[in-house]
Amino acid sequence: MIATGMISAGTLDPITGISHMLAHPFMIRAFEAGTLIAAACGLVGYFVVLRAQVFTGDALSHVAFTGALVALAIGVDLRIGLFVGCVLFGVAMAVLGTRGRADDVVIGNTFAWILGLGVLFLTIYTSNGGGNGTTGVNVLFGSIFGLSPSQTAVAAAVGAGLVVVMVAIARPLLFASIDEAVAAAAGVPVRALGVGFLALVGVTAGEATQAVGALLLLGLLSAPAAAAQRFTARPYPALALSVLLAVGSMWGGLALAYAAPTLPPSFTILAFATGVYLVAIIASQVRRRQLTPAAAR
Amino acid sequence: MGLLAGSSVHLSWNLGSDLHQLFAFHFMVNALRAATITAIVAGAAGWFVVFRRQAFAGHTLSVVAFPGAAGATWLGITAAWGYFGFCVAAAVIISAVPYSDDRRGFSEEPAIVGVVQAFFLALGFLFVMLYKGFLNGVDALLFGTFLGVTDHQVVVLAAVGAAALAALAVIGRPLLFASVDPAVASASGVPVRALSVVFLIVLGVAVAEVSQITGALLVFALLVMPAAAAQQLTARPALGLILSVVIGLVVVWLGIGVSYFSVYPSGFYITTFGFAAYLVAVAFRHLWDRFGWQRSLPPVRVALPA
Repeated sequence: MIATGMISAGTLDPITGISHMLAHPFMIRAFEAGTLIAAACGLVGYFVVLRAQVFTGDALSHVAFTGALVALAIGVDLRIGLFVGCVLFGVAMAVLGTRGRADDVVIGNTFAWILGLGVLFLTIYTSNGGGNGTTGVNVLFGSIFGLSPSQTAVAAAVGAGLVVVMVAIARPLLFASIDEAVAAAAGVPVRALGVGFLALVGVTAGEATQAVGALLLLGLLSAPAAAAQRFTARPYPALALSVLLAVGSMWGGLALAYAAPTLPPSFTILAFATGVYLVAIIASQVRRRQLTPAAAR
Repeated sequence: MGLLAGSSVHLSWNLGSDLHQLFAFHFMVNALRAATITAIVAGAAGWFVVFRRQAFAGHTLSVVAFPGAAGATWLGITAAWGYFGFCVAAAVIISAVPYSDDRRGFSEEPAIVGVVQAFFLALGFLFVMLYKGFLNGVDALLFGTFLGVTDHQVVVLAAVGAAALAALAVIGRPLLFASVDPAVASASGVPVRALSVVFLIVLGVAVAEVSQITGALLVFALLVMPAAAAQQLTARPALGLILSVVIGLVVVWLGIGVSYFSVYPSGFYITTFGFAAYLVAVAFRHLWDRFGWQRSLPPVRVALPA
């Protein structure tokens, strides 16, 4: 499929193909925003997986949908709804939950209802003449090739901010995630970190919704992180690897979607992320089998 | 629903006439039949989901119905094949991927579930894009429509639903045991892992069934809300299962009935009534506990079944 895309771009030479690709302003914007969004997802996702809060990420993806549609229905910028909705929900989950972590059934009940509200606002928005039936689809599945210059600037700035904050709190957060009791005894503000972290996950969810859509951001959060964890159990290398794999999936996905225009970018990005994870699973199973032939399953 | 807006249907104070209006059209009769079947299946399967704290897996299996339906539409085959095929496939994948829980308490299972969910949804989006001109149908796949349920569909739903309930009845008792205490169950010869695989597959069938009516994104509400409400009220498995089904039925009937007279979608009403039922159950439980009647109400986490 890559080959046919290259032909349609007028050449078989990959270098020329890439320079053709980067001649399009919309591709440059997708790479700018996409890289920082993916880096933020790789960092945040690692802690989401480590802290066993993947389901909270799942919930946030639905809250993102409702937040965006509430904003559209009342006529403000969609991104305000995205960020406000996700951060509020993240903080609420952290504050309500015991030890900063809410029970799955409570989370499930709440976000199922919030999604129901999203359906209501989708109806209100479309019946008021806004949107053309594809608005909901864009929020749910993203439209990274459709980013405007100002949207790109904001998305890149927020992504960069997330990366900086995550790097700054990585050490205490790691400590608090791996052994909460010891960290608390050592004076790490465990609870504040837990609440702050879920607020950051909320920001990340709002951010990633613009790239791959509300429903798919979970993959960008969990696949690179879980793959990295398969390759190394040491936290800092795993964290760095998670970022690399997330950014790599983003780049690979964007390039493939450009080369094969029938494939939507959200799908190709997710396909790369899932593929990386699949490779990681197979590689670690093979390695385990080689290490302990007797215990092979 | 939008289709009915502006028609002669309107709510009055005469309950008899309202009900008469509700059953006036064959499609509404079919919708209520289908909703009844799905509420029973979701209520029963959901009880085990909540009991086993498998909300995430349940949610993932439910959303997988969307790529199933979109793929079937793209290939031009009956949607039911897509629903059942994809939901069961996802159940098998989730149970088949070997996950490593390493020494520092790093649990990989939720990550696998999350990746499966996101990838399947991405596949669904791909099918939508490949099958051009069905973008406007996406909302119906995701958020459900109870309009246009055929007689044939009702028969299929009833047959598959009965099969899923029968399977639950067969594995119910050992599954309960395995859920409460996997170690003890496994020591007394209960095939814990096989049971959890079979349960996920039955769950896949159940959610495939329900999502044909509620849409892929709202199945989860029917799965988790009535069951969570029921488990606030009673810890007895048999009673809880019945209560879960009853709450599910009331929520679905109310939701469809009200949305019939309203311009807003059934999905909104069903989730809202379900959430209200859950909140009422939580409030009831808190009041019950506060007034010192704890002893007459057993704890939420169930003791070993007799």
